[in-house]
Amino acid sequence: MTSQALDHRLRGESVFSELEMLLPFVGKPIQYVGGELNAVTKEWNDADVHWALMYPDAYEVGAPNQGVQILYEVLNEQNRVLAERTYAVWPDLETLMRENGVPQFTVDAHRSVGDFDLLGLSFSTELGYTNMLTALDLAGIPLHADQRDEHPIVIAGGHAAFNPEPISQFIDAAVLGDGEEAVLLITEIVRTWILAGRPGGREGVLLELAKTGCIYVPRFYDVEYLADGRIQRVVPNRPDVPWRITKFTLMDLDAWPYPKAPLVPLAETVHERMSVEIFRGCTRGCRFCQAGMITRPVRERSITGIADMVENGLCKTGFEEVGLLSLSSADHSEIADVARNLADRYEKTQTSLSLPSTRVDAFNVDLANELSRNGRRSGLTFAPEGGSERIRRVINKLVSEEDLIRTVTTAYSAGWRNVKLYFMCGLPTETDEDVLQIATMAREVIRAGRIASGRRDIKCTVSIGGFVPKPHTPFQWAAQLDHESTDSRLRKLKEAIRDDREFGKAIGIRYHDGKPGIVEGLLSRGDRRVGNVIESAWRNGARFDGWSEHFSYDRWMESAEHGLDGTGVDVDWFTIREREYTEVLPWNHLDSGLDAEWLWEDWQDALSEVAVDDCRWTPCFDCGVCDQLDTEIQVGPTGVVDLPMPMPRQSQVLISEVSHADGINETASQ
Amino acid sequence: MSKQTKNRPPDRDLAPTIQKLRLRYAKRGRLRFSSHRDFQRALERALRRADIPMAYSAGFNPHPKISYSNSAPTGVASEAEYVEIGVTAMCDPDKVRRELDEALPPGLDIVEVVVAHGSDFAHRLEASLWKAEIVAPRGEVESAVAAVLASPEITVERLTKAGKRSFDARAGIIQFTLIDGETGAQTDQNADGCVILHMVVRHITPSVRPDDVLAALKQVGGLVPQKPVRVTRLAQGPLALLDEVNYTVGDPFDLDRVSA
Ligand code: B12
Ligand code: SF4
Repeated sequence: MTSQALDHRLRGESVFSELEMLLPFVGKPIQYVGGELNAVTKEWNDADVHWALMYPDAYEVGAPNQGVQILYEVLNEQNRVLAERTYAVWPDLETLMRENGVPQFTVDAHRSVGDFDLLGLSFSTELGYTNMLTALDLAGIPLHADQRDEHPIVIAGGHAAFNPEPISQFIDAAVLGDGEEAVLLITEIVRTWILAGRPGGREGVLLELAKTGCIYVPRFYDVEYLADGRIQRVVPNRPDVPWRITKFTLMDLDAWPYPKAPLVPLAETVHERMSVEIFRGCTRGCRFCQAGMITRPVRERSITGIADMVENGLCKTGFEEVGLLSLSSADHSEIADVARNLADRYEKTQTSLSLPSTRVDAFNVDLANELSRNGRRSGLTFAPEGGSERIRRVINKLVSEEDLIRTVTTAYSAGWRNVKLYFMCGLPTETDEDVLQIATMAREVIRAGRIASGRRDIKCTVSIGGFVPKPHTPFQWAAQLDHESTDSRLRKLKEAIRDDREFGKAIGIRYHDGKPGIVEGLLSRGDRRVGNVIESAWRNGARFDGWSEHFSYDRWMESAEHGLDGTGVDVDWFTIREREYTEVLPWNHLDSGLDAEWLWEDWQDALSEVAVDDCRWTPCFDCGVCDQLDTEIQVGPTGVVDLPMPMPRQSQVLISEVSHADGINETASQ
Repeated sequence: MSKQTKNRPPDRDLAPTIQKLRLRYAKRGRLRFSSHRDFQRALERALRRADIPMAYSAGFNPHPKISYSNSAPTGVASEAEYVEIGVTAMCDPDKVRRELDEALPPGLDIVEVVVAHGSDFAHRLEASLWKAEIVAPRGEVESAVAAVLASPEITVERLTKAGKRSFDARAGIIQFTLIDGETGAQTDQNADGCVILHMVVRHITPSVRPDDVLAALKQVGGLVPQKPVRVTRLAQGPLALLDEVNYTVGDPFDLDRVSA
C-alpha cells in the first residue's frame, strides 16, 4: 500500500514535483516524464469522464502500442472526456515510490491513477498480469474488485481479455474485440451515471455496463464446479444480465483513421517507426493462432486510406520509417499497388517502408524488393511454423518444402543475405522427427541459397517459439507439451545443427526453454482459480514476466502450489491435459463469434492432418463469425491503381521563393 | 499551403551543403531528463517535420549533416546547448528557429538560430555557467564553497561506461557566486530555503560536470543537500574577465553576428 503522505492532494492534481525528486536515482528517467510530441493534456475539471489507459509493460514496449494510442486519441477527441496514459514502472522506481508515497501516475499530466474514473488496461499478452497488480497497488486501488469503492472502474481489453477469468477478481469488467466503439459506449454509460449522481453506486454502473451484452462484468456471473475440478456451468447471478457476452467488431476501418497524430516518444522504444494498420483480421486459419481466430472477419483499409494515413502521419511525426501493420500484411488484396505507390512516392526521400510479413512465397519477396528499392537487403523473414509437411497440415500452414526452397532462392538471388525462419515446438501430435526436420529444411535453404547467390557468406537463422494452446482456437482442447519434452526436443535439434559440418556454421538457432511457456499456458487457459496464483506470485515478487531476466519459473510454481491449494487441480491440469468436447471451458460464455462445433471439427481435422483454405478466396467454411456477429469480409479491390503524388509543400524556412543565388541579398534586406 | 503534404524535391539528398546554421536550444522542465541520444532522435525527426532542407552525407546509409557540441548531462536542464546543421538552400534563420521550435515538443526549445561564420565554433565554448539550486542552509553552502576554493586539488570519482574513474575536479572550477534575491523553482515548494549557486566551470579534459563539482562540495565542504540539486546550464561560451576578479561566460554567437 502506498503511504498516506500525498493524501492531501486534490483529485487530478499533478504528483510530478514528488516524482521529480526520485528521477535522478532511476534508470532512463525520460520514460516517466511524458511530453511526447502529439501528446494531449487537458484540464481535469473540463472533463466529466477521466480515463487512465495502461499498457502493463515498460514504456519502451508500451508507448508504441497502436491499441492504446488509438483509444487515447479517440477518447481525447470527445468533448468533456480526458484520457491519459500510464505504463509499468521498473522495480528501481517502484521501490522509491513506495518509500516516498508516490502513487502510480500518468505520464501526460502526472496525475495519480487512483483519481481517474476508469482504468483501461491493454493486454496483448497474459504476461502483463502481475504488472497490473503493481499498478493497482501503487495507485492505492484495492487489488480485489469487490473491495473497491470510489476507486476507478478497472477494465481489461486486448487479445488476452478473450479469457479474462484468471484476472476476474482484479478487474471490474472486460471488453472483447475492437476498442474504438467500446470505449465510447462505456464513456457514455459512465458519464450518464456520474452526471445523475452515481445511482446505485459502483454496482449500479457495472450493471448498466453488463446489460449491454458486450461488456463482461465477472462479478455478475457465478462459476460452478464439478467434483473432479472441471467447470459445471457459468451462470449470471442477476436477472437482467445476459448469458453470453459478444465481441466488438469495427467494420469500416477507413472511417477510423487512427492514430491521426501518432505519439513520438523521446525515449528509445522497441518500435522506432510509425505504424499504419492496413487491415484487421486474418482468415488464413492457422490453427494455433488466437489472433487470427478472434479478429475475424478480415476488414481492409483502402489503398487511398492507407496512403493518406502514411502521408499525414509522416507530416505530424517526422518519423523516418513507416511500418504497414496487420496480422499478415502481404495478404492485403491491393498490397502490390500499395507497395508500388508508396515506394514511388517516397523513393527520393529518406523515408523507408517496411512490411512485417512472414508469408512463404515469391510474392512476398517481390514486395520486400519493392520496398527496399534503394535500401539495404539484409534480412527477410518467413514463417513455415512447422518443420515437417505433416505437422504443417496439422496446424494448417500450407507450405510445401518446394515452395520454401523456391521462395528463399528468389530472396537470395535478389540480394538478401540472411533468411530468418520462424517455427514452433510442442505442436499437437508433434514428434522429435517433426522438429528435427527443421534442421533439414535449414540445410536445404543454405544449399539452395549458395547456388542462387553464388556466395558462401549467406545465413539462415531459425527461431523457435514454444507453442502455447490458446482459448478460442481449434487447439484450445489440446494438451500443451511439458517443458522437459520441449527442452529435450530443442536440444536434439540444436545438436543436429551443430553437428552439421557442411552447413552448421551458416545456420543460427534461437529459442527459449520450455518453462515460461508453461506459465503462459496456465494464464491463457486458466479459470478463476488461477487468480490466487497470480496474486501469490505477485506477492512473492513477480514483475515483468515477459522479460527473461525478471521471470522466475520456480516462483510461479511455488505460488501455484499455494494458490491452488484445496482446489484439487494443479498446473499440469491446466496445461498438459487434453480437454473433451463436452468440457465447459472457462471462456465458453464469452463469444468470439466462432462456432464451437466448427472449432471442434477443425480440431478433429487437425488430428487427421486435413487442411482448410482461406475463406477470403474459397467458399465460406462457416466458422460462425460472419453469421453470428452480422459482419462480413471487407476486401478490395477498390479499383484505385495509381495514387497521385502528394501535393508538394513549400518549405517554410527558405529565404525567398526566388532562386537560391539571390538568397544572400534577401537576408540583408529582411 | 497545407501542412498535410510534404515537399521533397527529388534531388535534395544529393544536393551540396549551401549554408551552415548554428542553433542554440534549451532543455527545460521535465524534458531535462532526456539524454543526448533522446535529443538527437527528436531533432532529426523535427528537422523532417519542419521540412528543413537538410544536407545528407553520401553513402549507402545517408544521414543528415548535424554536429553536436558538448551536451548537458541527462537530468540537467540547459538554456545554452549548441548544434550546427548543413542545409541545401539558403534559409532564413528566424524562420528556421520558428518552424523547428514548433516541430519539437515543448521543453526542447530552439532559442536562436544564426548563419555560421567561421569554423572555430568548438573553440568558442571555453566554459559553462551552471546554476545549482541547493536545498541547504546558506551558511553551509558558503563554507563548502570556501573549502573547495581553498583546496588546490580535489579528486572525485565518477562511474563511466569503462568503470570508475577518478580525476581532479578542482582544475575546472573557476568561480562560485551565491545569488541573492533570486528564487529557484524549488523554493516554490520548499519555503525553508534554497540557495542559488552560480558556478563557472572551464571545459577541460577530462570534463568536469556539475555533479563532479557537487561531489567536490560534499567531499571537502561536507555539503549534503536535503533534496536532489537541480542544475541548469545558463551559458556556454568564451571565458572573459568581467572586472579584476569576476569572470563571465560570453555568447558564442557574437562572432557569427558580427560577420553577418
Ligand atoms: C507490433 C506488435 C508487437 C511489437 C510492439 C508491441 C506493442 N507494444 O505494440 C513487439 C515487437 C514489441 C511485440 C512483442 C510481443 N508480441 Co506482439 N504484436 C504486434 C502486432 C504485430 C501489432 C499490435 C498492434 O498494434 N495491433 C493493432 C492494435 C490496434 O490492436 P490491439 O492492440 O489489439 O488493440 C485493439 C483491441 O485489442 C482493443 N483494445 C486494446 N486494449 C484495450 C484496452 C481496453 C480497455 C479496451 C476497451 C479495448 C482495448 O482496442 C484496440 C483498437 O481496436 C500484433 C499483431 C496484430 N496485428 O495485432 C502482435 C501480437 C499482439 N503480439 C503477440 C505476441 C505473442 C507478442 C509477444 C508476447 C511475443 C514474444 N513472445 O515475445 C511480445 C509481447 C510484448 C509485450 N510484453 O507486450 C501476439 C499476441 C498473442 C495472442 N493473443 O494470440 C500478436 C497478436 C501476434 C500474433 N499473431 O501472434 N509485438
Ligand atoms: S497467417 Fe496464420 S499465424 Fe498469421 S495471423 Fe493469420 S492465422 Fe495467424
